[in-house]
Amino acid sequence: MTARLHVDWTRCDGHGSCAELLPDVLAVDDFGFPVSRSGDRDPAVPRRSVDAARHAVRNCPLMALRLYDAAG
Amino acid sequence: MTTTTAPVLTRRLLDGTGADGAAHVARYGMLPRLRLDDLLRAVTESGLTGRGGAGFPTAIKVRAVAGGFRRPIVVGNAMEGEPLSSKDAVLLSRNPHLVLDGLEILARAMRAKRAVLAVGPDFDAAPVLAAARGRRLEVAQLEGGFVAGQETALVNQLDGRPAVPRDPFTRVTESGVDGRPTLVLNAETLAQLALVARYGAEWFRSAGTPEDAGTSLFTISGSVARPGVVEADRGSTLRDVLAPTQPVRPAAVLVGGYHGAWVPVSGLDVRLTQRELTAYGASVGAGVLHVLGSGSCPLSFAAGVVEYLAGESARQCGPCLNGLPRMAADLRRLAAGTRDASLPAEVERMSALVRGRGACAHPDGTVRFVASTLDVFRAHVTAHLEGWCPMTARSAS
Repeated sequence: MTARLHVDWTRCDGHGSCAELLPDVLAVDDFGFPVSRSGDRDPAVPRRSVDAARHAVRNCPLMALRLYDAAG
Repeated sequence: MTTTTAPVLTRRLLDGTGADGAAHVARYGMLPRLRLDDLLRAVTESGLTGRGGAGFPTAIKVRAVAGGFRRPIVVGNAMEGEPLSSKDAVLLSRNPHLVLDGLEILARAMRAKRAVLAVGPDFDAAPVLAAARGRRLEVAQLEGGFVAGQETALVNQLDGRPAVPRDPFTRVTESGVDGRPTLVLNAETLAQLALVARYGAEWFRSAGTPEDAGTSLFTISGSVARPGVVEADRGSTLRDVLAPTQPVRPAAVLVGGYHGAWVPVSGLDVRLTQRELTAYGASVGAGVLHVLGSGSCPLSFAAGVVEYLAGESARQCGPCLNGLPRMAADLRRLAAGTRDASLPAEVERMSALVRGRGACAHPDGTVRFVASTLDVFRAHVTAHLEGWCPMTARSAS
């Protein structure tokens, strides 16, 4: 199982806290929106960053993030 | 509309009887009553795929929804928000009963709570309303727009919310209209399914190829003498499907509409199958074929399309809302002959930022169209950067 991060783009307004909390998974694009470093639609979160990812999910002011387990 | 008969044209769908129900029964027979198992077997064996754009196997979608505990909702999608498409409207005016049959066959087999045919605002609903009389289904005339026909936007609108897509994390097959498992199928897919239910999978597969079975409706526009909707075998070549509309000096054909990709005139002998179209990054999609004439500038055309698509963004997702107008502006500058060699790379960089970062197919579809434009018309782009347009043979600036 791999933890993956899903962004609900209809909610996200580019607040930017997720990219600050998860620098190894997310960067910020030209417009201030989080962009996956791996290029995957729902990027994998390495084990060492799972706690930070949970923190990012809780801290998103628009509740636009979701962490889920996926096969592979 | 053309009446020319070429060998590839088929007459499964368009030879309907209009709203006349008695004539419909005389031609096609009574509405078949199939148990879900039998219907699923027939649809699986037929190889029927969605005719609304994504081309997903219909049987898999039906099975996903039918497996649930709650009674599902079945939605027929005739929103047809693509400006270059009119095949669903033509089908519904000529053969409304066949589309409604498909909806009703599914609704009965799946014991659906509701069955709804959704049509766009500009559609003349009178023949469909007449054909729907006495059937246990609804016809809903909804708000339109390019993205209003996206599955999640349609579900939102049927639930009384704005006609914008929602986050696809929870699939509508799990929780759609009224929180129920929801099956959304394109109007033509429903008509094809009604034929499969009546005549069987083997009959259905007697047209098309083993991998792309049956027939499809195509809406043909652009540089042609006789634009219109034709039905053709899915194994046909692009050249043969276009022939009855009499293309005029074609330079390239946009396959799949504004979210589609170009096939240059050198590729007209490509068969309209998934396998052969992959070489062009194209797919049949909803069957939109738009012919660009050799006197038209492809970059001006593309800039116009992307400006339109940017305007049709539901304005919910940041990358689409911000990225599409930038892509449109840079394409417009390219079309105008701006001598800025960084423009193609900048369009590609912006495309990469937009791709995969939205709730619906709009950003990815737009990127597909733009990538194909820059690829197929590479030499043309180079000429524009040197300040002239090979198509119009004029200074581009």
